[in-house]
Amino acid sequence: MKVVRDRKVVEDAWQLVTDDEAAGDHSIVSLARWNAERDALLAEGKSAGVVIRSGESPDDVEDLERAPLVAVDFPAFTDGRGYSTARLLRSRLGYKGEIRAIGDVMRDEMFLMHRCGIDSFAVKAGKDIEKALTAFDDFSVTYQAAADDERPLFRRVHR
Amino acid sequence: MYQYDQYDQQIVEERARQFRGQVQRRIDGEVTENEFKPLRLQNGLYMQLHAYMFRIAIPYGVLSSKQVRKLAHLARSYDRGYGHITTRQNIQFNWPQLEAIPTMLDELASVQMHAIQTSGNCVRNITSDPFAGVAPDELEDPRPYCELLRQWSTFHPEFAFLPRKFKIAVTGTPSQDRAAIRFHDIGVRIVNNEAGERGFEVWAGGGMGRTPFIGQIVRPFVRYNDLLAFVESILRVYNRYGRRDNKFKARIKILVDELGIEEFRRRVEEDFARSTNPALQLERAEVDRVTASFRPPPYEPESSARGDAAALAERTSNDAAFARWRKTNVLSHKVPGYDIVVLSLKHPDIPPGDISDTQLDRVAELADRYSFGEVRTTHTQNMVLTDVRDADLCELYDKLVALDMATPTFRLLGDIIACPGLDYCALANARSIPLSLELAKRFENIDYQEDVGPCSIKISGCINACGHHHVGNIGILGINKNGEEVYQLMLGGHDSDSASIGKILGPALREDQVADAVEKVLSKYLDTRNGADETFLECYRRLGPDPFKEAAYGA
Repeated sequence: MKVVRDRKVVEDAWQLVTDDEAAGDHSIVSLARWNAERDALLAEGKSAGVVIRSGESPDDVEDLERAPLVAVDFPAFTDGRGYSTARLLRSRLGYKGEIRAIGDVMRDEMFLMHRCGIDSFAVKAGKDIEKALTAFDDFSVTYQAAADDERPLFRRVHR
Repeated sequence: MYQYDQYDQQIVEERARQFRGQVQRRIDGEVTENEFKPLRLQNGLYMQLHAYMFRIAIPYGVLSSKQVRKLAHLARSYDRGYGHITTRQNIQFNWPQLEAIPTMLDELASVQMHAIQTSGNCVRNITSDPFAGVAPDELEDPRPYCELLRQWSTFHPEFAFLPRKFKIAVTGTPSQDRAAIRFHDIGVRIVNNEAGERGFEVWAGGGMGRTPFIGQIVRPFVRYNDLLAFVESILRVYNRYGRRDNKFKARIKILVDELGIEEFRRRVEEDFARSTNPALQLERAEVDRVTASFRPPPYEPESSARGDAAALAERTSNDAAFARWRKTNVLSHKVPGYDIVVLSLKHPDIPPGDISDTQLDRVAELADRYSFGEVRTTHTQNMVLTDVRDADLCELYDKLVALDMATPTFRLLGDIIACPGLDYCALANARSIPLSLELAKRFENIDYQEDVGPCSIKISGCINACGHHHVGNIGILGINKNGEEVYQLMLGGHDSDSASIGKILGPALREDQVADAVEKVLSKYLDTRNGADETFLECYRRLGPDPFKEAAYGA
């Protein structure tokens, strides 16, 4: 499927699988399954990712650094828990891999998601993914420290 | 007041541009109304009963005369010639067209204004003491910290989609809370600790709405440089753990209540301890930069500010109406020779808080002429000139009389707060404005109001409590009972120190019964008070509800 990564639309092999489905290369599995089966999921050079749903804590992901991708689920774009999840992954747990927004992902939230450390976006079906790229230019100035820059504006520039 | 630098300016301009695009995509059908709704709400745009309502931010209630003129222009050009000052120090327009909003935003940006986060489930306008910086009892001017919090909260990427709206208030006068910090999601009080260091007492979990709570102290002392980090930890705990299953249980007050303050505090402190990034700490240089914006204006020496003291004394003794206004609407200032003047938006014929384009233009002129070009809004839906010379009081009064803004009722019965109610609001169950006008008429006699003394009447048209009925000494709540608009009367609410939530007095009343019941309650107070010094609230607290219930409802 197509996703936005590094400000580009790219084809991508990652697949979200339910706990009942077989996992193959580039499967994204639930947190419980990751914690239980990660050795098998990563065997023979396979890639596997883990999804953190709203209400789940990034602190509960075991061997976080072994996951090349963590998906953060936004069940509705008005459910903002994923922003804290991403921020904690990046800023507090020091996660260096790819963080992907999945679920109700639209361009109007992508600027904020990006600031929280999310670097790829599975834009929801029915929305023009090419147009979504403009989201990153919504603002050229930000006030706060966030995952994209851990300095607030007053430490970045001389005001 | 705070002056935008290039960065602040760029953000409001880019916001206007972004919203123009969002409106266009809505008009083109590229986004659905459901998708558009949270986007427009984050920009203060509500769908009301008859039209869109557009709410513009007035950060902590501070306006320049230039901004007031712009608001007058917007009222004239895009609305029906008036605006409405809200209970959170903002202004809203009730009749704009959706297509006009982007242009209004461009106009606002040209005077360093915006509508960012004036609604939606995000951090709203930071409110404060309307007398900040000039009150004689103030420990420190809270406005610089309000501005620092405003910038921190503006498009904070982590907290744009909270479980519910989030309101922060700051006061710099620990001995006299004029910002109702105990009824905010976060309340901040500037304090000195035992070692004499300056810092903040941080409260959380207060609120009104359908389940009112008085806030609780999360931490009694937060160092100035930790303010943003500590507030961020509270927001993070709320964002992660606040309820999202039920809109009516989604405010932070419910989280604090359900977890208990100890567990809530533990989670906040745990997060705070883990936020090890020193860059989040405020720098003294940044505090100083912002504080410099709020430097006191060039006050004149006392003798010159006082002007002709004999003339003022003479007018006061010869003109009873002037004397009354001076006693009620003119307050002490920290600088000798200067006064704080409340401009009343409580004319008995006009909905509380409404102000016309002409009045706005005149207020701008008055601000330029008498108060260093600045004016404030209050959460009691009035305006304030904060720096008026004694020498100008007579002249200013005459001009305010001509503008219908000299009603001498500040903090008295006539100073009614009311939400827009069913005349405008899609959420309301009952009208608020006609009742507030009826009460204002009933108690129009100023001698009577002065006899009763300080007593607040607050009216909401539904349980969402925008009219703050829970904290009125006399609170009135409109409800819909079997298709009829009826009103509950509650007594004993108070939004300052020794905060309390009003209690329902008895069965709901028909609209035509309310004024009689309030009058009977007041008569009971006048008959039973311990001398004229005992306020209505004190008397109610001493006697309890029974005598008042008996008075209002009969034996």
